[in-house]
Amino acid sequence: MSLVQIEPGGHSSRILDPKTAPPFPDAAKTDLRDTQLRRNVVRATDTIQGKRAALVAEKSDWQALRDAGAAIRREALANLDRYLLEFEQRFQAAGGTVHWAASAAEANRIVLQILQREAASEIIKIKSMTTAEIGLNEYLAQHGVAAHETDLAELILQLGGDQPSHIVVPALHKNRQQVREIFARTMGLPDLSDDPEALTAAARQYLREKFLRVKTAICGANFLIAETGGITIVESEGNGRMCLTLPETLIAIVGIEKVIPRFADLEVLLQTLPRSATGERMNPYNSIWSGVVPGDGPKKMHVVLLDNGRSRVLRDAIGRQTLQCIRCGACQNACPVYRQTGGHAYGSVYAGPIGAILTPQLEDMRHAQSLPYASSLCGACYEVCPVKINIPEVLVHLRSRVVDRGRRKLASFFDQERAGMMAMAAVFANHRRYGAAQRLARIGQRTIHHGEAWYHWLPGMAGRWTETRDLAPLPQQTFREWWHQRGRS
Amino acid sequence: MSAAGRSSRERVLERIRKANFGAARLQEPIPRAYEGAGSDRGHAQSAEVVALFEERLHDYDARVFHVHQDEIAAKAAEILKAADRRRIAVPAGLSATWRADGVEWIADHELSADALNAVDGVMTAATLGIAVSGSIVLQHGPTEGRRVLTLLPDYHLCVVGAAQVVETLPEAFARIDPTRPVTFFSGPSATADIEMTRIKGVHGPRFLDVLLVDVLLAQD
Repeated sequence: MSLVQIEPGGHSSRILDPKTAPPFPDAAKTDLRDTQLRRNVVRATDTIQGKRAALVAEKSDWQALRDAGAAIRREALANLDRYLLEFEQRFQAAGGTVHWAASAAEANRIVLQILQREAASEIIKIKSMTTAEIGLNEYLAQHGVAAHETDLAELILQLGGDQPSHIVVPALHKNRQQVREIFARTMGLPDLSDDPEALTAAARQYLREKFLRVKTAICGANFLIAETGGITIVESEGNGRMCLTLPETLIAIVGIEKVIPRFADLEVLLQTLPRSATGERMNPYNSIWSGVVPGDGPKKMHVVLLDNGRSRVLRDAIGRQTLQCIRCGACQNACPVYRQTGGHAYGSVYAGPIGAILTPQLEDMRHAQSLPYASSLCGACYEVCPVKINIPEVLVHLRSRVVDRGRRKLASFFDQERAGMMAMAAVFANHRRYGAAQRLARIGQRTIHHGEAWYHWLPGMAGRWTETRDLAPLPQQTFREWWHQRGRS
Repeated sequence: MSAAGRSSRERVLERIRKANFGAARLQEPIPRAYEGAGSDRGHAQSAEVVALFEERLHDYDARVFHVHQDEIAAKAAEILKAADRRRIAVPAGLSATWRADGVEWIADHELSADALNAVDGVMTAATLGIAVSGSIVLQHGPTEGRRVLTLLPDYHLCVVGAAQVVETLPEAFARIDPTRPVTFFSGPSATADIEMTRIKGVHGPRFLDVLLVDVLLAQD
């Protein structure tokens, strides 16, 4: 995958690749200075959160739906091999073809081979975070295949040489003036207004010609259904339905975790997904089908089942719940960190709380190690998650994995922080040592304490704390000392 | 499929089995304490449910017209003429008794995409209505047409019987035939991708009218 993409206007923009992305705090510092971006992100996430909250409040059975959704996803993962084979068998019985890809590179190769057999030089695409994860568009471009994004937000990003910042509303960091500028420049419409209605109409016209002409399409999937060999696509605009029904050949690239056991499981997930994702009782379109539908839609239907690190995530008893995710983005809208920085700082197509736990695990903890720390552990993400992924629990667990990885390195033997933590562990393990340490610290404090109510600066390693926070001085008497004294008198 | 493809299949399955080894291989009972679970309340729907369905359709800016079975043709023609929609595509299996004179009915015998793109609208029957979300479910049988038929035209006139309206999604799933393709549509196509402003009609039909039939008899 190339690191820098050159857009038509000649500006370069970063590709969201966790292997090369800067650490979250560095990237966040840059993005926090972009006040326009911050306004756009807060405005969009406020709007979705407001709509979601109203629709969740009207569901008296919301918690029961979350429980059912979580159990369905857990059961699917616990029996993943069986359900994938069941899906494969039924989907192929319905005339489709199933491919298995262990890695991103293999998935890209499989897709290219299919396209070369079809002699396809261009394709139309439904929004798919999975194809963004594997860098499919860039790979196809290198091999002479033009991919046209047909989701409005993805079109804005593609024409603007930009990257997704949210899993449901990928261009939420752009406002109408910015969209107008991109469309006016790339579609040759200098008189275009910045009214969202006019911008949408321009996209409709721009894309309709492609829908009617291009004979091959690529999509992801919201769910695969083991019981029926079905694929489910949830969408709003109808670009999905266009891509599913007009072309001759359709290729779906789907993470192995997306399978659900039974058709009727959708009665739960199709209630929680739209309410959580866009704050709607139901999104405008859902399509469910299996294989090739005789006389209706594509004559060739492929599914590429993608592992790319997922089976490794499954191995971790705590981390595996990450794979329950149904990609609603509610955790992103609720996250006080994401709402300030936006999505690009996470250096991955999966931003926000879910990205902070998914990306490092997909990367086998070798990259994106700063992401588990990009959280205040406030728990807002867990509360809104429709399949009850305990994101704070996984964040803390991954922090320990990051530390454990560091521990194995020889250099860490000399690491100050590690030495400090070991000393703290020894002190906290014994009440006598703890009391002695408090007395010692109070004596030590005399050298730096000059009557201030708060420390704004501390020497040495403790200074890392006061770089971003204040610290109260140690009190003259500890609770334990007071208690002890009280008992005597 | 290539040999490499087969080996990846085995490799991925092997990794999954290893990862799940020791993980509870349980058939975890799914707690289904949510509304409508495991129920199909039969075919007699209360007036409240139908009223809620209508209210939700109005929320989506769809228009709803109440008709008797024998008024479908006349009402359809009246609505279409009033909006100057003259050339209307229909599934080949749609009852001739629904097609009044004065409208050019174009039966879908494998119409090309360009031909469908050029009609003034489409009229179909439906499989189900879902009151809570104002959704209409199509299963693309002879009276509902193939999937693209209700996608390319800018206007959809949909005939739904009151007895086809269920209240909740679980009730709908109890009635949907999982062996046939399914399309749910809930109001006109829409997007909120630009500043979360809901815009009607990106690619699917922008305008939806529903004929709500008090008693819809099986078609001849």
